[in-house]
Amino acid sequence: MDFGFCLSPSSHVKIDSVDLTTFNHLKETNPDVNTCIACGSCTATCTAGNFTEMSFRRILLMLQRGKEAEAKKLIQHCMFCGKCTLVCPRGINIRKILLDITR
Amino acid sequence: MNQYIFHPFVLPFVLGMAFVLTYCLVGLVRIIAQLPKDDRKKLWRSLVTPKTAWANIRDLFGDCLFHVKIWKRNPILGYMHSAIAFGWFMIIVIGHVMLFTLKPLQGVEVEGFARTFTNFYYPIFYKHFATETPVFAFLMDFFLLVIISGILIAVVKKIYSKIVGVKRVTKFGFADNLVRFALWTIFPFRLIAEKSNIMAFWWLYSIDLMIFMCMLPFTRYMHIPTEALFILLQHAGLKAREPRKGYNLAQLYSCPSCGLCIDACPMSVNDKNSGNTSAYFMKMMRNGDSEDAKRIAETCLMCGKCVMICPVSIESCDIKWSQRAATPYYINSDHSYLDDCGCGDASNASNCKTPSVVYFAGCMTQLTPKIMRSMKQIMDAAGDDYEFLDKDGGICCGRPMLLSGKVAEAQAMIAKNTELIKKSGAKKLVLSCPICYKVFKDEYQLESIEIQHHTQYINELIKNGKLKVNKGDVNYVYHDPCELGRAFGVYDEPREVIENVGNLRKAKSEKELSICCGGSLGSFNLTQQERDEITQNSVNDLMFNNPDEIVTACPLCLKTFAKKSPVQVKDIAEIVCEKI
Repeated sequence: MDFGFCLSPSSHVKIDSVDLTTFNHLKETNPDVNTCIACGSCTATCTAGNFTEMSFRRILLMLQRGKEAEAKKLIQHCMFCGKCTLVCPRGINIRKILLDITR
Repeated sequence: MNQYIFHPFVLPFVLGMAFVLTYCLVGLVRIIAQLPKDDRKKLWRSLVTPKTAWANIRDLFGDCLFHVKIWKRNPILGYMHSAIAFGWFMIIVIGHVMLFTLKPLQGVEVEGFARTFTNFYYPIFYKHFATETPVFAFLMDFFLLVIISGILIAVVKKIYSKIVGVKRVTKFGFADNLVRFALWTIFPFRLIAEKSNIMAFWWLYSIDLMIFMCMLPFTRYMHIPTEALFILLQHAGLKAREPRKGYNLAQLYSCPSCGLCIDACPMSVNDKNSGNTSAYFMKMMRNGDSEDAKRIAETCLMCGKCVMICPVSIESCDIKWSQRAATPYYINSDHSYLDDCGCGDASNASNCKTPSVVYFAGCMTQLTPKIMRSMKQIMDAAGDDYEFLDKDGGICCGRPMLLSGKVAEAQAMIAKNTELIKKSGAKKLVLSCPICYKVFKDEYQLESIEIQHHTQYINELIKNGKLKVNKGDVNYVYHDPCELGRAFGVYDEPREVIENVGNLRKAKSEKELSICCGGSLGSFNLTQQERDEITQNSVNDLMFNNPDEIVTACPLCLKTFAKKSPVQVKDIAEIVCEKI
């Protein structure tokens, strides 16, 4: 009998076993991702973020957790307006990283 | 054949000449065959349209023959190039005219095919085969000496390039250096051979010619024949399409690698990056679309200064853009959310009355709210009936997406913005961001709606007397944003506005020579550190006359300069707002 209650699916990420190839490769090609302090300036200014879930900070987090497919899905919304790059206090070239993730 | 009408030393020259003519002919057919059908039609039509035909004749003479643009850039450089190129041209022309007056030594006349064949090389080696009339002899010697004087300058330039006002010169590979050496020695050898008639020098002269001709298609000297074709194609109004085909191929081969763009490029401020300049990019593209060429195409700031300074008017930014468009990006863009986003006030303004002016701030201006506030105050003071299209956040204009080479994706944004602007019913669109201004002017179909940058709009308000401003005594320097200045020639309006509110001081490089702020969205690869170097250089240039404040008309330049400037950086709207 279904009473309309159920457990939400587990969002448990096993850091030891996830596939981090993309993220590790990204760290090699764009060492500035290491300098991200997750301040969220990019997310706050994102033009696409006004209408969608798009957020560079979250994309990085997803990649760190091996959620590559989800990250790539968010990138689809990007308009390349460059506001994130301009406001980044660490001077990370975000637009290039977004392109490199999908390459 | 009689020894007086033929000698084996002419053979290297004949061989070289035959090769280069065949190569050019095949190249010409290839380029024209690669043009899309519409472009080819445009080309044929332009050749018979009086206006373009006249422009063709004017530029073929002005650029290919007299090198007017190089003279304008630097007279010594102009003389150097003209002495060699025009001098050589004159020697060839006079030589062929002289054919009719030449008297063969010992009175041996030839007829028929032999005559045609001898005519091929007679003007080149005439002193060995014939006696000439004094007038022609003088002219030939005169132009030969002119060429040699040009070569002397070229040799000095190689050692000390600053003599012609050039700081950095292009570094060449083996082939280019060999051909350059051949070119430099052709004429001294000719002079010695003519004056002494020593057989060895005739041989050297002829072999030099052969080296030059045979290597020409594989070096920068290919610009000599290609430039003529390029001028015709450019005047036909063709646009860059595929990176290495048709019109672009003609552009690539027309680049003389003169290196004027190296000094002009803002990236050259760091010697390491001067290899990213157009001269090297064109060279790489000629040799095939290597990874390096692709990287440079994406590193370029697209400020357009190399295009402006180019003595051949090569649109290198367009070539880089077509290279970007041809590189796959793998992002499966999904902009479907644009369909149901209503942006700002204009979309739900059906109950308000129609504004006469609609203001589109754009992404960058959203990051500099003081520009938006100033614009609001200015429009209020002028009493204009306005509406802010993206007061609470809008969507991107599409220019950055377009710069990355993705046309279809950019069209999604362009369509949405067009819809919103048309819905507002305004007759005039005012923009604060030159990046938006460029794409609105070039790509948007807004029909009767007038598009103005806020510098033009404010200038119009002041001129109409709608806006009263007080003149202060602050010394300003104005930075020309690339996409407003070089792209659309909006140089005077902002300066007029500034002179109404204060004193305008000159920057070291102004107007079309203005240096990119370093923040340009055109570049995908430059790191923050590399951008900072460019910004610092640009700020130093602006601070040349010790102004009190730097004024720009671009929110991106404003943000970029603010990091490095020793004085305050303001937008033109802000300084006007202060003086209302």
